[in-house]
Amino acid sequence: MSEPVLSVRDLKIGFPTRRGVLTAVDGISFDIAAGEVLGVVGESGAGKSLTGAAVIGLLEPPGRILKGSVHLKGQRIDNLEPETLRRLRGRRIGMVFQDPLTSLNPLYRIGDQIVETIRTHSNVSAATASERAIALLQEVGIQGARSRINAYPHEFSGGMRQRVVLALALCADPDLLIADEPTTALDVSIQAQIIALIKRLCRQRGTSVMLITHDMGVIAETADRVAVMYAGRIAEIGPVRDVVREPHHPYTRGLMGAIPSAEVAATTRLTQIPGSMPRLTAIPKGCAFNPRCPHTFERCKVERPEPMPVARSHAACWLVPEGVGVEP
Amino acid sequence: MSKAPSLVEVSNLTRVFDVSKPWLNRLLEGEKRTLLRAVTGVSFSIGRRETLALVGESGSGKSTVARMIVGLLPPTQGSISIDGIDMWAPATAGQRQKLRRRLQMIFQDPYASLNPRWRVDRIIADPIKAFHRAADRGEIEHRVGELLRLVGLDPADGQKYPHEFSGGQRQRICIARALSSNPEFIVCDEPTSALDVSVQAQILNLMRDLQDRLGLSYFFISHNLAVVKHMAARIGVMYLGRIVELAPSADLFKTPRHPYSRMLIDALPDLAMSGRQRKPIEGEIPNPINPPAGCAFHPRCPHAFERCQRETPELMASGMARAACHAVAEGRI
Repeated sequence: MSEPVLSVRDLKIGFPTRRGVLTAVDGISFDIAAGEVLGVVGESGAGKSLTGAAVIGLLEPPGRILKGSVHLKGQRIDNLEPETLRRLRGRRIGMVFQDPLTSLNPLYRIGDQIVETIRTHSNVSAATASERAIALLQEVGIQGARSRINAYPHEFSGGMRQRVVLALALCADPDLLIADEPTTALDVSIQAQIIALIKRLCRQRGTSVMLITHDMGVIAETADRVAVMYAGRIAEIGPVRDVVREPHHPYTRGLMGAIPSAEVAATTRLTQIPGSMPRLTAIPKGCAFNPRCPHTFERCKVERPEPMPVARSHAACWLVPEGVGVEP
Repeated sequence: MSKAPSLVEVSNLTRVFDVSKPWLNRLLEGEKRTLLRAVTGVSFSIGRRETLALVGESGSGKSTVARMIVGLLPPTQGSISIDGIDMWAPATAGQRQKLRRRLQMIFQDPYASLNPRWRVDRIIADPIKAFHRAADRGEIEHRVGELLRLVGLDPADGQKYPHEFSGGQRQRICIARALSSNPEFIVCDEPTSALDVSVQAQILNLMRDLQDRLGLSYFFISHNLAVVKHMAARIGVMYLGRIVELAPSADLFKTPRHPYSRMLIDALPDLAMSGRQRKPIEGEIPNPINPPAGCAFHPRCPHAFERCQRETPELMASGMARAACHAVAEGRI
């Protein structure tokens, strides 16, 4: 197997407070292969956005990486000097955030913002950069790019702005694109457009994608593999088809049953996971899911499970080595 | 009127907002008034113990309809009657006050809709006091405890402040408050869109249980088609202030008639991973200040023909559903 584009090992992110360090992401490991789309899914507070921010070196202080490593194409990037990291950001890792309005500077024309980004990352003349910006805008599906390049962000609709942000993220041909909830702020019809666009562009360029979202539907449509996060840990990781259709971890199963679906008869009750995600100050001992899990037994309360191979996925659940089929 | 068959009767509801610049600007710049038609000619009825849902993208006017129904916003035209009493022109002032007790609202954001300085028991007791539903303090206390238990919280939680609760628990508090005046009809404006899926499932299940137990009618608003299908017996699809299709829930998903409904259903993510490719919808919702002539959907519609550009279609029966589309009416699609 060729070397992964992104390799995260035993990553631990914490926030020092007066009452000790709060661990928000606790020892997660995953790889993203070249051209692969990895979906990272979880509910609020699961640590998915923090993981994305740590990879690109944008953790907000006082949050910091406590342990572990991040490698981009074999090069370690989590311990770089801020200046070196700044050069790498944008050129080798692109980023798309949830809210396209706050990712764009309202005071500059969008063409100028793209030209500035292109010229920061490659040594080209303003005229070449401007031509490239127009080509990029056409590629992301903005009609009349040649005239729209002089427009300000407020003159675009939400979907169009997200297209511009995507053009910005891809303008230096990065190896990896991190998309943090790229479609959450958009209407369903626009959401479908943006997802199709991300898929098409990244396939054409061979860009790997880390797609962070709370929406299992978006993952099912877009990702090759998916990592399900719960309370700062990976509960289950595997090919998206397997995880969606035959989830092994009780949390994943609960999550899938909780999603109202157009295919299921409306009379069926949604699966209910009792309780809520633990607070960072009170993550239970052993498996973090044990107080809410219908299958908990002694071992779950004392020993923390690591992701273990099961079928084609990995699930962090003690039922896996027990060989007990987790029947719903 | 004695006993009407349906609880809520909405007819020809229209709301126009004046979004003009200030008078002086208009005078100096020689501009006319700018009017925005948020809702145009919306009619429907909701039966007892029934859930009707409106679904649509942002700007389609669904929240404006909700606000007019609960009486937060006067309609420009049309009427809303609940159990035969006109919401905006009641025969007597007392009638309106009585009517208000019978309908309540649950809002989208449970963080913004609870007063952060009030304890939960005071929040829930407020409608009880306002509508004189209890004789003395002891009875109020008892009722608040009962309501908290009903929504799955502990009566002791009444002593806490809203910030001590998670989003899902806060939405439960909002539901308890809505139930405290013993309403028959609850308007729910995106009650779960600020919540995580597992919490959303808890709240949706709770709302359905309460409906069965208390015999409530719901008017449910959401942008999420799957949620709406789960909750409602009938669904209205809104586009630019009009209902373009009104159909029984199962029917709408099986055979959507209006091209916009078809597009919305096609745009749903394929969670079953059946390999169905979803077709992205072309274009975006036009500006409601200057909507397209004729059928507002015609610039995005794959079936549009000449008539769609000049004539606005009315809702017409088509099987079990009603759709506002010339192509459907003429049997083209």
